[in-house]
Amino acid sequence: MADLPYRIVIGLEVHVQLLTRTKLFCGCRTDFGQPPNSATCPVCIGMPGVLPVMNRRAFDLALKAATALNCELVSFTKWDRKNYYYPDLPKNYQISQYDLPFSKDGWLDIQPAGGPRRIGIIRVHLEEDAGKSLHDESGGGGSSRVDLNRTGTPLLEIVSQPDMAAPEEARAYVEELRLLLRELEISDCEMQEGSLRCDANVNIHIPQSDGSFLATPLIEVKNLNSIRGIERALKYEADRQYDEFQKKFGKDWRAQGQPKAFERLHRVVDKIEEAKDGRWKEVAKATAGWDDARGVTNVQRRKEEAADYRYFPEPDLVPVLVDDDWRAQVREGLGELPAAQRGRLQAQYGLAPYDAGVLAAQGRAFVAYFEALAKDCDDANEAKNWLTNDVLQTLHERKLGIREFALTTAALAELIREVKATGLNKQRAREVYAEMLASGTTAKQAVGKLGIQVVADEGQLLAIIRKAIEANPKAVADFKKGKVKAADAIKGAVMRETKGQAKAELLQQLLMQELQKA
Amino acid sequence: MIHLTAHEQLAALRTGATTAEALAQQHLDAIRRLEPKLQAFLHVDETTVLEQARSVDAKRQRGEPLGALAGLPVAIKDVLCTAGRPTTCGSKMLQHFKPPYDAHVVERLRQADAVLLGKTNLDEFAMGSSTENSAYQVTRNPWDLERIPGGSSGGSAAAVAACEAPLALGTDTGGSIRQPAALCGVVGLKPTYGRVSRFGLVAYGSSLDQIGPFARTVADAALLLEVIAGHDRRDTTCVERPVPAYTQTVEQPVAPLTVGVAQEHFAAGLDAEVEQSVREALKVYQQLGATIKDVSLPHSQYAVATYYLVATAEASSNLARYDGVHYGHRAAKFDNLIDMYCKSRGEGFGAEVKRRIMLGTYALSSGYYDAYYLKALKVRRLIKDDFDRAFAGCDVVLGPTSPTPAFKIGEKADDPLTMYLSDIYTIGGNLAGITGISIPCGFTRSGLPIGMQLQAPPFEEEKLLRVARMYERATDWHTRRPLP
Amino acid sequence: MSLTADDVQWVAHLARLELSAAERAALARQLNGILDYVRQLEAVPTEGIEPLAHPLPLHNVFREDEPSPSLPVSQALANAPDRQGDFYGVPAVLD
Ligand SMILES: [Mg+2]
Ligand SMILES: [Zn+2]
Repeated sequence: MADLPYRIVIGLEVHVQLLTRTKLFCGCRTDFGQPPNSATCPVCIGMPGVLPVMNRRAFDLALKAATALNCELVSFTKWDRKNYYYPDLPKNYQISQYDLPFSKDGWLDIQPAGGPRRIGIIRVHLEEDAGKSLHDESGGGGSSRVDLNRTGTPLLEIVSQPDMAAPEEARAYVEELRLLLRELEISDCEMQEGSLRCDANVNIHIPQSDGSFLATPLIEVKNLNSIRGIERALKYEADRQYDEFQKKFGKDWRAQGQPKAFERLHRVVDKIEEAKDGRWKEVAKATAGWDDARGVTNVQRRKEEAADYRYFPEPDLVPVLVDDDWRAQVREGLGELPAAQRGRLQAQYGLAPYDAGVLAAQGRAFVAYFEALAKDCDDANEAKNWLTNDVLQTLHERKLGIREFALTTAALAELIREVKATGLNKQRAREVYAEMLASGTTAKQAVGKLGIQVVADEGQLLAIIRKAIEANPKAVADFKKGKVKAADAIKGAVMRETKGQAKAELLQQLLMQELQKA
Repeated sequence: MIHLTAHEQLAALRTGATTAEALAQQHLDAIRRLEPKLQAFLHVDETTVLEQARSVDAKRQRGEPLGALAGLPVAIKDVLCTAGRPTTCGSKMLQHFKPPYDAHVVERLRQADAVLLGKTNLDEFAMGSSTENSAYQVTRNPWDLERIPGGSSGGSAAAVAACEAPLALGTDTGGSIRQPAALCGVVGLKPTYGRVSRFGLVAYGSSLDQIGPFARTVADAALLLEVIAGHDRRDTTCVERPVPAYTQTVEQPVAPLTVGVAQEHFAAGLDAEVEQSVREALKVYQQLGATIKDVSLPHSQYAVATYYLVATAEASSNLARYDGVHYGHRAAKFDNLIDMYCKSRGEGFGAEVKRRIMLGTYALSSGYYDAYYLKALKVRRLIKDDFDRAFAGCDVVLGPTSPTPAFKIGEKADDPLTMYLSDIYTIGGNLAGITGISIPCGFTRSGLPIGMQLQAPPFEEEKLLRVARMYERATDWHTRRPLP
Repeated sequence: MSLTADDVQWVAHLARLELSAAERAALARQLNGILDYVRQLEAVPTEGIEPLAHPLPLHNVFREDEPSPSLPVSQALANAPDRQGDFYGVPAVLD
């Protein structure tokens, strides 16, 4: 990545559906997967004479999200109509927020592999979702069918600064956002069901001989419906932009001076920029669809027709005033956010940033389990090891959450203590763990059931070790030459002899002692 | 019986002098007799009307508690939704549309045991001042069938004036209750914005639209207002505020009373006979002990310009939903989706609606928003501030409702701007959100009714009705009925 | 600043209105007349004046997040000009 001949600049626009029971402006249910057009009413069908009424919970959840994203909650916010014609938008305007969104200027700290980054948030606003058009190409001539169940579902639009410098960062941003919103029960962020949708604005900046950068035109990549897809699409699109640039202008483009097509350096900001007259306008921009199956982006020709959404204040809804009390109330309700949690896990339990990240990424309930386990077994490191390896794997295989996990922290703590006390090796310990899960027994009972007899008798173990040393002269010779690894062969022989039940620490200590003597 | 006031008809029902069925039948007979000439109604379903009336009679016979309008026929402007019944808005676009819900005011009428008589004609989507813009018919002024009844609630005004109905509902976005009331010689009241729920009122200019009563007397208007006013959770802009018992106080004169008069209401373009009548009305108030005071509404001259930007901008968005997808007219032939939209809307809307959609779209479009729409919103505040200042020194402001009496059919059809100017005195009240009433105050020499407007601060309908009633009691203009 | 035939065509497109040539010509004339009239607003000083979008100073009106019945599908689609099973039918959305 560091070797790319260009810089990537990425900004993301994420829409998430809020976890309300009902739509933003009417009482229809928002559950996914209802029969077509069965969750609609005159309000969300946009029938003549009906009026929207704001869902209080949607607004509360929105405030919560913006606060968690470190945004400023403005004291006066209002609703606007965004006018455009589309069959799944029955009023032919979307109730959204334009010049006075309820929040702005926040950030989200992310943990990509390359090190922590802070991504700026331009604004978070609330709007209503559209319905779904199902395209039917079969009937010849082409027709579409419209389902309005989703119409009017509350959506939060979260617009980032173009602060992401790599596809991996975009991925980390969406992952972190998803974790945060799920933890706060703001959205279930199911990309498959469309409750988290992501559009990426991307272009590349190519260094020039004079030290400045040339920016390729901004492309908005749409239809990114998986986390992996986001990363793949952005990698592909950045490469494609560079290829296009190379093809158009060749390797000697510097000699020609500024290529004509890129004369205008594109100011890479978010979609909305403030025009000279103080009114906001949408910047015309080419879009591309991501074809996940083929792994390519399809760039659509830039539309000649600039969108003119004719925003104006929604007369059917009244403004919302948010005072300090309300802000404080929202803040109190947040609890510990993932970023703070990661810091605390490191400080309090001495965990590495990576491990703290893995734990926090599993959510609050998982972290709570970890903390209880660490306390019960009095060994945070072992607790972390068991949870991030074996327990996570179990949950994953069985598609369970930590709340449904069969072992209590006390039971797992007993296993950890037992392993430590007996020196049971990892492999046998896993068998015990599996037995506990299978039969619901305690660690001690499982050890007994499996017939595990840890060989902890020094004399007995010494005899076996000596026999193994005699049987492996080559390994001993290698060890003497400094190949420490050669000891493993002898250790293996001892394990075979003891059926893996030699007390691990004692074995290690005695083996070293005997090898020195040999 | 049909010539009696609503109060008198209710009394007759209570005493058993008549039944709801008989009363309904008399009104249906009047409708049958007059409609060929008048064309005030778009839909009357005699069977349902009589069924409703019989069910009220049965209820009365069983001794069940009855609502405030039990057995009284009420006509409804066809821009108000009636469940399962045609609601066309006077437009071809909604010719076959039947909403699955009642407007809030229609629910209130049903709860009050009123008999819903039928849907009255209007300018298409309430856009107009003459009721000539209906896709279906031109309603005539009952005082002179060659003339317009005013608009856009011309059907309701004409029906009440001609005694086809004792009461009717209209809507007022820029004078559409008060102006036809004046031109038809009846009482019409526009409530304060937020006093009556707009739920089920097909929107024209959402920040201006209000539903209000037509009646032949002030007390009757008070009666209908009392039934329809009050909070409704389905309209966010409808306030939670108790509704005064207007009928209980309407007979109480206001004393002391200060009547404000604005010079701006007597500007160029005001018909001399109208001016004369209004000035006479001021004298009546003086004789009743009122103080007459000059007030100033310096920005009222900008009201029409402001209105035609704000209302049309909102309309351009409100009427975007009529696109042939979910309901309403769809063109028979088209090439693609956009063509389907354009053709359906091109065919479904009449000229005035297209004109206003175009104007509003333009006023909101990129590059023109600030100069037109935003500028209009700022002037709107100045207009509201004018009223606030004026009302600091008077109880009501009195002036003409319309600059002229009813004009001839077709007279202004080709000149939209002149037509718009006929609302010059009423439009400010919509922009400011205040309440206003038009009551009869005289006749021209040729026998056309003249109306005067009284305006009061927000939520002062009670005072407004009392002041109007003071004049009505002292005069007899309201007792005259047209010939046909 | 006067509205050209092209402007009329553009605005009609934004508003999705098909207009005949005669309608376009009449509208250009009428809209210019109206715009000339409304331009009198330019004479009003509005420096520092807050725009008034709502006549009432209302704020924070909400409903609770409680479900209310939706329409039966047959009723929701009862007015649809082109009903396709339980869907609204439209010409292809993709152009
Ligand atoms: Mg959006
Ligand atoms: Zn709904």
